[in-house]
Amino acid sequence: MADKNKKVIQWDRRNILDLKDLSKEEIDLVLETAKSFKEVSKRDVKKVPTLRGKSVVTLFFEPSTRTRASFELAAKRLSADTINIAASQSSISKGETILDTARNLEAMNVDLIIVRHGCAGVPDELAKHLKGSVVNAGDGCRAHPTQALLDMFTIQERFGKIEGLHVGIVGDILHSRVARSNIWGLKKLGAKVTLCGPPTLMPIGIEQMGVDVSYDLNEVIEKVDVLMLLRLQRERQKDNFLPSLREYAKYFGVNKKKLSKAKKDLVIMHPGPTNRGLELSSEIADGDNSLILDQVTNGVAVRMAILYLLLGTKT
Amino acid sequence: MPELTQLMDKDLIRRALMRISHEILEKNKGTSELCLVGIRTRGAVLAERVQAMVQEIEGVSVPVGILDITLYRDDLTSISAQPVVHETLIDFDIEGKKIVLIDDVFFTGRTIRAALNALNDFGRPAHIQLAVLIDRGHRELPIRADFVGKNIPTSLQQNVKVILQETDGDEDRVIIKENKNGG
Amino acid sequence: MSLLIKNASIVNADKHEKNTQDILCEKGVIVKIAPSIKADNAKTVDAKDMLVMPGLIDMHIHMREPGQEHKETVETGSMSAAKGGFTTVMCMPNTSPVIDNAMIVEGIIKEAKRVGLTNVIPIGAITKGQKDQELVDMMELKEAGCLALSDDGKSVVNSQLMRMALEYAKMADLLLIEHCEDPLLSGDGIMNEGKTSTLLGLKAQPSLSESVIIARDIELIHYLNTKVHIAHVTIKRAVDIIRFAKSQGIQITAEACPHHFTLTDEALNEFDTNAKVNPPLRTPEDVEAIKEGLKDGTLDCIVTDHAPHTREDKELDLDHAAYGMIGLETSVGLTITELVDKKVLTWTQMAERMSHAPARIIGLSQKGSIKEGMDADITIIDPKKEWTITKEDIVSKSKNTPFYGRKLKGRVATTILTGKVVYKET
Repeated sequence: MADKNKKVIQWDRRNILDLKDLSKEEIDLVLETAKSFKEVSKRDVKKVPTLRGKSVVTLFFEPSTRTRASFELAAKRLSADTINIAASQSSISKGETILDTARNLEAMNVDLIIVRHGCAGVPDELAKHLKGSVVNAGDGCRAHPTQALLDMFTIQERFGKIEGLHVGIVGDILHSRVARSNIWGLKKLGAKVTLCGPPTLMPIGIEQMGVDVSYDLNEVIEKVDVLMLLRLQRERQKDNFLPSLREYAKYFGVNKKKLSKAKKDLVIMHPGPTNRGLELSSEIADGDNSLILDQVTNGVAVRMAILYLLLGTKT
Repeated sequence: MPELTQLMDKDLIRRALMRISHEILEKNKGTSELCLVGIRTRGAVLAERVQAMVQEIEGVSVPVGILDITLYRDDLTSISAQPVVHETLIDFDIEGKKIVLIDDVFFTGRTIRAALNALNDFGRPAHIQLAVLIDRGHRELPIRADFVGKNIPTSLQQNVKVILQETDGDEDRVIIKENKNGG
Repeated sequence: MSLLIKNASIVNADKHEKNTQDILCEKGVIVKIAPSIKADNAKTVDAKDMLVMPGLIDMHIHMREPGQEHKETVETGSMSAAKGGFTTVMCMPNTSPVIDNAMIVEGIIKEAKRVGLTNVIPIGAITKGQKDQELVDMMELKEAGCLALSDDGKSVVNSQLMRMALEYAKMADLLLIEHCEDPLLSGDGIMNEGKTSTLLGLKAQPSLSESVIIARDIELIHYLNTKVHIAHVTIKRAVDIIRFAKSQGIQITAEACPHHFTLTDEALNEFDTNAKVNPPLRTPEDVEAIKEGLKDGTLDCIVTDHAPHTREDKELDLDHAAYGMIGLETSVGLTITELVDKKVLTWTQMAERMSHAPARIIGLSQKGSIKEGMDADITIIDPKKEWTITKEDIVSKSKNTPFYGRKLKGRVATTILTGKVVYKET
């Protein structure tokens, strides 16, 4: 093929496991690449032949509708073949080890595995033993790199930059892999991050990641450019992390009144699915400041970019 | 050190593009339904220049689109580092249009094959024509150009490079490089 | 019948002999220690350049028999113990069924005698089936051969039941060994709660879970004027509390494991399930405190908590992988490398922590020192031998340890049980 004078970039990565491992340059490249794929998603024919003949498996040990659909669409729009496997964590304790599962997939000559698991480290363990690529679609409370990348893409699309922005992450930080991945990514790209939530849902020593911690949402709202709300699992109340959901909604939920002191161009984000009336009111979720649906749209583009970067060329 | 030979200078390039612009108008009987699509990166620049020339000649601004063919390349699995993907910008409907695809160097034909596939995903134009600044031969696919700036017979060991002010920050010219190790 | 150890540099808990001696063993007993002994019909072991210690005693291992013989058996566990230099091991009762009746105790002792590689003393459960509901028949267990009871794997959480257990055990002359962990505080945490768990996003348990039960037990034995032994201490706070209790004359003893004075919770950074252990690996500060506790005697002895598991138990995600690591064959090397070589312990202190103190705590008056009239249980150590831990070298039935590839200094050369060589390095 004629030399099109394309800039060739260094991307040696075989897996995406944790944003902790990615350099600022690598994150920038993913976000830049995602722009082109966003254009593809806007076409009538939303499909390019780039990954024709590649096989991609989604291996989800936790139920998920959105993330899985987003990955599947991304793979399909790149013309890869996709298979979905819903595995239960309990079946694993009944004899089949994680490695058995991995080796079975490998025997089918799968090129890339997208894995979600309730326990941190499973994607790394698979990556260690597989020849193909592994993408972490969420492991335990540790990492959800593609969610953080799409969040950053969405912020960058709105503000034109990430450096210098102040991002507030609100809610159940303790159990949130979305929060951890966003902290890694946002800090690398030069944002300031403040975490907000009740102390029972704030992990010990989180300050080591270079973030501020506040227990007062009103105070945080006044300062930030982006307010990222996390989903609150209703079971947390049963486990006594919270006195009641009502009290959580009152002090850590976002509504129009609380936003009255916010910056005018403040944006609201949420990884979904939202608990309306708990983390945020409907008028906020559907309001002008909400980027929640942009996040969903961008998710497909960012995941296409990742699949392209991992599978687009000879391995 | 590979040898460098200059084949075209700034003026030659301008005259060639002017002639191509005239030929495009002649063959398409004016600007009706005419659209230009440049292939990234230098084809896009050439498309914009042709657009300006058409405007100068006919007083009409025809739509220009930019096509990135990376995702349609047939050699992705044989190269080890990814080309950076750029956005494709075609903000007009190509359905039923007369498309002139523009690129700088016409070589194996594989880039044009990729571009045709890409355009196909955007709709069904009335026809697609091809304009190139340089045709260096060595086709590997049954594709020919409708408008050619200059035919340059080359060997496979040579490398033809188009330098344009907009993309390279240097004066327009076409050079040929001897590459001992092949393309 | 007789065994003569020549050129022995004897390390007892109270003294490291300046000059080498010969040790003559007859009928399982040390009969004579002198500079040069002649015994024509005795088998001879030359201990030149070696250290000769009283047979090591590990009062906390898991033999897995009965019920989990695919992980370890009395036979393979004994082989592992002999290779690790242990002439007495005490095996925990969390088998299947639980060691909570005389029949199982007698069965294990009988099998250990048949194997004949190490002296095995079963530890009975404190509560039937380790269910934290009813006390076991303590007097009968004592009669069957138990010297201590424990619900190891978990605490006796019910404080009233623990009170009764302590009072009754006093009459039965049984030592209670408490695994200190508040199950509600631990929840489903599989590692130490702290900076590392926060970064790794793994479920964590607070160190508090250990210290609250230790504090409770101290109050119980203080009130009842009795004693308790604390299993596998891992945290600074626990060392501090135990030190304070001892300073008050409270009869508390405690132990620590090599992995807890060698590794920190950062061993989980690569998600190695072999580093999943309960109690979990802790912080660097805790590791220092454990070493300090072993140095000043707050922690009386070193035990392995040898916990064999199969590959299938470990090749799982960290939530589901089994807790524990094997330790019998690496204990001496790790203790010498991490403690003696780094001047935390002297050789005599090592003999104290690994033989004399456990013998004293359990009440084995014939063991724990090399003296005339004592049992001829002797461990000969090559203190300068450098070696690397490899899977091929391990004789335990299970191979679960995070220490592969680790370079150690010091290794058991010969193990002698009641005057017979049961292990000799080749």
